[in-house]
Amino acid sequence: MNVLEVKNLTKKYGTETLALSDLNFSVKEGEFVSVIGQSGAGKSTLLRCINRMIDATEGEVIFAGVNMCKLDKKALRKQRRKIGMIFQHYNLVNQLTVIENVLHGRLGYKSTLAGVVGSYTNEEKRQAFEIIDMLGLTEQVYKRCDQLSGGQKQRVGIARALIQNPKLLLCDEPIASLDPNASKVIMDHLRNISTKLGITCLVNLHQVDVALKYADRIIGINKGKIVYDGPPDLTAEQIHMIYGSQAGELIIDIGGRNES
Amino acid sequence: MRVEALIKRRRNNLIFFAVLLAATLVSIIITEFEVTKAFTSIPRAIGWAVKSFYPNANSLEKIPKILVKLRETVLLSIASTTVAAIFAAFLALFGSKTTQINSFLAAVSRGIASIFRNIPVAAWALILLLSFGQSSLTGYFALFFATWGFLTRAFMETIDEVGSEGVEALKAVGASYFHIIFQAVIPSSLPQMISWVLFMVETNIRSSTLVGILTGTGIGFIFNLYYKSFQYNAASLVVVFIIISVLVIEYISNYVRRVIL
Ligand SMILES: Nc1ncnc2c1ncn2[C@@H]1O[C@H](COP(=O)(O)OP(=O)(O)O)[C@@H](O)[C@H]1O
Ligand SMILES: [Mg+2]
Repeated sequence: MNVLEVKNLTKKYGTETLALSDLNFSVKEGEFVSVIGQSGAGKSTLLRCINRMIDATEGEVIFAGVNMCKLDKKALRKQRRKIGMIFQHYNLVNQLTVIENVLHGRLGYKSTLAGVVGSYTNEEKRQAFEIIDMLGLTEQVYKRCDQLSGGQKQRVGIARALIQNPKLLLCDEPIASLDPNASKVIMDHLRNISTKLGITCLVNLHQVDVALKYADRIIGINKGKIVYDGPPDLTAEQIHMIYGSQAGELIIDIGGRNES
Repeated sequence: MRVEALIKRRRNNLIFFAVLLAATLVSIIITEFEVTKAFTSIPRAIGWAVKSFYPNANSLEKIPKILVKLRETVLLSIASTTVAAIFAAFLALFGSKTTQINSFLAAVSRGIASIFRNIPVAAWALILLLSFGQSSLTGYFALFFATWGFLTRAFMETIDEVGSEGVEALKAVGASYFHIIFQAVIPSSLPQMISWVLFMVETNIRSSTLVGILTGTGIGFIFNLYYKSFQYNAASLVVVFIIISVLVIEYISNYVRRVIL
């Protein structure tokens, strides 16, 4: 079954920049899809059009059978509960503790008053601790997020998304600000989430090697157009198509990392 | 390419200094400002201050009177700043890119903030003198309006700077507007906002001296009174107290900043 269908998706910023141009694809339940392309290709715009952080100019996004583009404010909020989002810069509220940030993932389910005062049910708290434990953050539960390392912050971001009970995770360059070790931990967690929990993942990545290693399927974007959509066994020419003139460096990069 | 850019920048710098020099010369000529006289009179001014502008034993009797006025001024600054901060917080929520409700309201609140901020406190005092006359109410509102404008701008920038990432994340989980304000915007921007409020309290104690001269209230009034009646020793004592109170407030706010940030 398709969790997500994107039809004729087009996004223009102003009248000049055509960030996305007539994209068509669908994503099956539990699939781990990596979107690759050089910076400025339109990867972030694509993810944000799916949960309507950005409104598309034309086209349709159908998530769990519902056309996202036709929803009013309230229905949109309800639909967003089913879509978790992971950010390059983690986007935590740094002054709050890990547990508070994780519980933020439940706000979509809360009444105005309960959310404003931050009142959560025991069941929600139990679930939060369980997810925190799964991600290996138990010792940090009551630490303020500005005291965490980058990798730990990103795990808090993942926990916040998981407690939403999502069908789909949108990850916008989740490892772009992390060192190789932390990157591996995060990518392993995302892969696990997809395989074991059956949650569909759409992950923007800048690094081809990581994408090829983890994804079930690759979507390559160049200048707002899909230039590759298929299994993660790309030829050098196909990588060249996605990355244009930068491809040379990136292929050498992959070679280097595979050896080590 | 690079070299050309460098040469162009150097030429621009040269032009800038030439214009600056010309402007200085023209203004000196227009205002008939006598440069040599100005500089030679500095030692005379210092000499005068040493001879007559210092607190003496007699002036110490004035301390209780000065303290009463000082308290009035400090309380006035704190009251006007805190109330202005509350109003500024609301206006900033409407005006910030991160938390705006719609772009029309945002433009309106940015406009209000900008106008209020760009009218100096002294001008506010003079304008308000017309409606409230010489009373502490005039001083209060003068400080209030200028502070409101300044803090709105400072709060808006704080929210956009430290709050926007958390706000984006909470929007994505389906949180409502009020959830976002209370769970992301306030926790992330409050420490810096408090820091701005403390800064404004300090600033307002300084400006309320000037405002007091204009409106005939507080420490400014008593300074003006002693100064105009040639009681320079007492007037200098007032200055000493102003300096002490500003230093104390600065110390307190630095302490609070260390604790909250
Ligand atoms: N808010 C915006 N306003 C105008 N142009 C934008 C905006 N966001 C992105 N763009 C442009 O859209 C294109 C795609 O950007 P983006 O989706 O961020 O690419 P990527 O995430 O692949 O680096 C770029 O050319 C970028 O300059
Ligand atoms: Mg991006």
